[in-house]
Amino acid sequence: MSFKENQEYQTVGNAFSDDPMITCRNVDVFYADKQAIFDVSLDIAKNEVLAMIGPSGCGKSTFLRCLNRMNDTIDICRVSGEITLHNENIHSRETDVVYLRARVGMVFQKPNPFPKSVYENVAYGPRLHGLAETKSDLNEIVESSLRRAGLWKEVKDRLEQAGTGLSGGQQQRLCIARAIAIQPEVILMDEPCSALDPIATSVIEELIDELKQQYSICIVTHSMQQAARVSQRTAYFHLGKLIEIGLTDDIFTHPVHELTEGYITGRFG
Amino acid sequence: MNTLFSLFLFFIGLPVVLMVALHWFRRQRSMRNRIEFGFKCFLILCACIAIFTTIGIVLSVLFEAIRFFQIVPLTDFLFGLEWSPQTAIRADQVGSSGAFGAVPLFTGTFLITLIAMVIAVPLGLLSAIYLSEYASSKVRAIGKPVLEILAGIPTVVYGFFAALTVAPLIRNHASGFGFDVASESALAAGLVMGIMILPFISSLSDDVINAVPQALRDGSLGLGATHSETIKRVVLPAAFPGIVGSILLAISRAIGETMIVVMAAGLAANLTANPFHSVTTVTVQIVTLLVGDQEFDSPKTLAAFALGITLFVITLVLNVIALKVVKKYKEQYD
Amino acid sequence: MNVESTIKRTIAGRYRKERRFQQMGMISMVIGMMFLLWLLVTIVQDATSALRQTLVAVDISLDEDNFDQPINKASIKSASFGKMIKKSLRKDFPDVKKRKDKKQLYKIVSNGAEYAIRDSIIESPELIGTTHRFWVFADDEIDMLMKGLIDRNIEEGNRRVSDKTISWVDELVAEGRVETRFNWTFFTSGDSRDPELSGIWGAMKGSIFTILITMLLALPIGVAAAVYLQEFAPKNRFTDLIEVNINNLAAVPSIIFGLLGLAILINYFGLPRSVPMVGGMVLALMTLPTVIISSRTALAAVPPSIREAALGVGASRVQMILHHVLPLAAPGILTGSIISLARALGETAPLLVIGMVAFIVDIPTGPDSPSTVLPVQIYLWADSPERAFVERTSAAILVLLIVLVSINGLTAMLRNKVERRW
Repeated sequence: MSFKENQEYQTVGNAFSDDPMITCRNVDVFYADKQAIFDVSLDIAKNEVLAMIGPSGCGKSTFLRCLNRMNDTIDICRVSGEITLHNENIHSRETDVVYLRARVGMVFQKPNPFPKSVYENVAYGPRLHGLAETKSDLNEIVESSLRRAGLWKEVKDRLEQAGTGLSGGQQQRLCIARAIAIQPEVILMDEPCSALDPIATSVIEELIDELKQQYSICIVTHSMQQAARVSQRTAYFHLGKLIEIGLTDDIFTHPVHELTEGYITGRFG
Repeated sequence: MNTLFSLFLFFIGLPVVLMVALHWFRRQRSMRNRIEFGFKCFLILCACIAIFTTIGIVLSVLFEAIRFFQIVPLTDFLFGLEWSPQTAIRADQVGSSGAFGAVPLFTGTFLITLIAMVIAVPLGLLSAIYLSEYASSKVRAIGKPVLEILAGIPTVVYGFFAALTVAPLIRNHASGFGFDVASESALAAGLVMGIMILPFISSLSDDVINAVPQALRDGSLGLGATHSETIKRVVLPAAFPGIVGSILLAISRAIGETMIVVMAAGLAANLTANPFHSVTTVTVQIVTLLVGDQEFDSPKTLAAFALGITLFVITLVLNVIALKVVKKYKEQYD
Repeated sequence: MNVESTIKRTIAGRYRKERRFQQMGMISMVIGMMFLLWLLVTIVQDATSALRQTLVAVDISLDEDNFDQPINKASIKSASFGKMIKKSLRKDFPDVKKRKDKKQLYKIVSNGAEYAIRDSIIESPELIGTTHRFWVFADDEIDMLMKGLIDRNIEEGNRRVSDKTISWVDELVAEGRVETRFNWTFFTSGDSRDPELSGIWGAMKGSIFTILITMLLALPIGVAAAVYLQEFAPKNRFTDLIEVNINNLAAVPSIIFGLLGLAILINYFGLPRSVPMVGGMVLALMTLPTVIISSRTALAAVPPSIREAALGVGASRVQMILHHVLPLAAPGILTGSIISLARALGETAPLLVIGMVAFIVDIPTGPDSPSTVLPVQIYLWADSPERAFVERTSAAILVLLIVLVSINGLTAMLRNKVERRW
């Protein structure tokens, strides 16, 4: 099981799709002098859930944050290679980062509702982007987003209460509702269940399954079971490199690369 | 009253404390334990000095203030509209002149504090936001120390600058526009005080803004908010209690500030809200009443202590509230 | 779905707001910086002229009959050098006849000139019997005139120096009898009513004594209190009370500490007014809370593993603190305390109240001799009407600022050098 860091490598499996939403080609990411992502190429197809797995520190979160340029907020971070959304390079000068993030939503590891009411949390995005012309439009967007996030029944009577007062699982669904309120095309999820208990996790997983009808979803997860449950395709990262990618069923039943096999069988992780 | 208190302290309080200490001292077994016990006693004593200081302030200032209120009724002091302590020097006039109405001092203090805060709050807050959210590390490396220097300049220097440079400038410019400006205008003192308070507000709100978790910013940016939208709609509302606390601390500081107003504000107790007029403040009067010879039985000297206890109570209340608000705010994000 | 078009439509306006907000932040910061620059430039500009001092040469005929016989130290001391100076000036300007004009003429040289000449004669009595040229200080008004701070072109009535005086001074200049030299007096003498004789050394010494007392009191007490609160104090109501107390004391206006000093130290204990000892005590009480707070921060930064290691080899708590925790926290304690002492050095208000605002000519010799401090000296001079005190005030401010900046700079260097990161 020897794998040297700077060795040339070839991703195992088919990383590409015929009908891609997002395409990534030869992406490298650097933090100052330290390279965190090495030459990653893959596609994210429409209406699919792509899971990214791998040991901690393998760069999967870093890679995810490239997809809506959240890495811009870190001064020392530099991205090279090409990432396109609808054949538009998202790192080009013409691409507007605000517009990009409106189209590529993100759900974070720890639920991060704003210290505002439940209603204001969901209405935040639509208000920013001017998506609702009247108050009733806004009410409608808030209600439908909360419904799709499966939270409506639980919070409809306390929309004015603070979002931070909900339980952890509810908070995370609130964050999902907040993300889908501006009707993005892609939702990025960075270990969305790592701070939640098993019951809340299973609710979110069901939600992800429903959301894929409308959105492309890219989810980073620590849990192989979760990847197996929610995703159609799985990508395995190791030390910043994309080792293997393929249909989830194949990866978990017949991993090709020895590193993938080692990780899945629990020999390291 | 004072002598009685000290007699009590020396002949009853002290022996009791000493005997208790000796008793505990004897109970320590080894010599080392005894030395360490003594060491600990010394530490406790030092820690108590903070308490003694507060008690000292309250007692000393309060005693003199009570003597003042025996001559001048409290209501006259708190609600009287006229302040002219000098007329009461003559013995036959003590207390009868009714010239110890502190309202003009309170309004004067309030006016200058208001002007200072109008300048310091927006400038301080905006520069804190700029430095912590926008500035490149190079700009930050210059901007922060510069603001710290501004905070480190002794207030007497600000006072000199206000009186000799800023006040004449305002006077010349404003009279060009047809305003009638006193040479010791409230505006000059307030303006310079605002600049003095600016770094105080900016460093306090810098702490507060930095305490807002990055996750909230990420959440907002991830929804496609611009940087300023994130700051205005998420960071500032989240930091609001902390910012209010800092502003309260700054107000307390402005009210207690002495040298700028002593040098740049006036002595005449005018009851006015016009920033171009001259007003006086509580601290100016304390200094004026106490500089020179003091007689501890004339209401003129005692009035300074009455003003002092008022100042102490007001700033204490502001500080207690502010410290509580800030503490609670910080705990929220810990 | 019109989400795309809606966002695209409004995005330009949102970026405009973004830029405007950022500009506002930058402008606010620049305003603060510009103010600092304005203040410093004004003060440095005003202060530079105080570094030079105008001197006038007077030829004094030191005839023996001006002195009581026999000539010794005592008779030199009692001789009237003022008369000799006046005589010499009358000789130089024989046209001046009217009494009023003569008075103006005498005012060209400083009031201190006669003492300066007396002192140099005491040093070299062999000059007696000769006519000797002495360089003496010009009056402050002449000094201002020479430095161009009094405008010759404005109307005589609005000017502090009359046309006649100007013509005399011009005559002296033409004869090469007016010079400007480096102003040593400013750095070596005490306060004076005459600006040309005044200096900051008295106030500097007062400041040094005061801050020494403050340091001797505040540092040990503050550190001891911090050690107790950080290392020993049980979590109970009494400890909470002390903590709340310290935090609030740190925010009490400084003038209140002056009132405390006046009421307790001076009025009750009968300590003298205007002395550095009392000033130092008052400032010590004022700085104590900040010393305690910064020392506690330094103590808290020492990792628990060190404490555990010390206790683990059988040290008592006191030994653990004295041998391990305090030495490790010392740099942090020291830098924090120095910064609070620097603040105390610039403090004025409480010292006004305890009478350190008196006019004191003598240079203080110890913490028990009446004196003033540098910031109070600035306040006193700023209040004086003479034009010449403006430059001296600015120069004194400059000295104070340089002292404060170097203390802070040295502290920063110390911190960078010895600071430990855990």
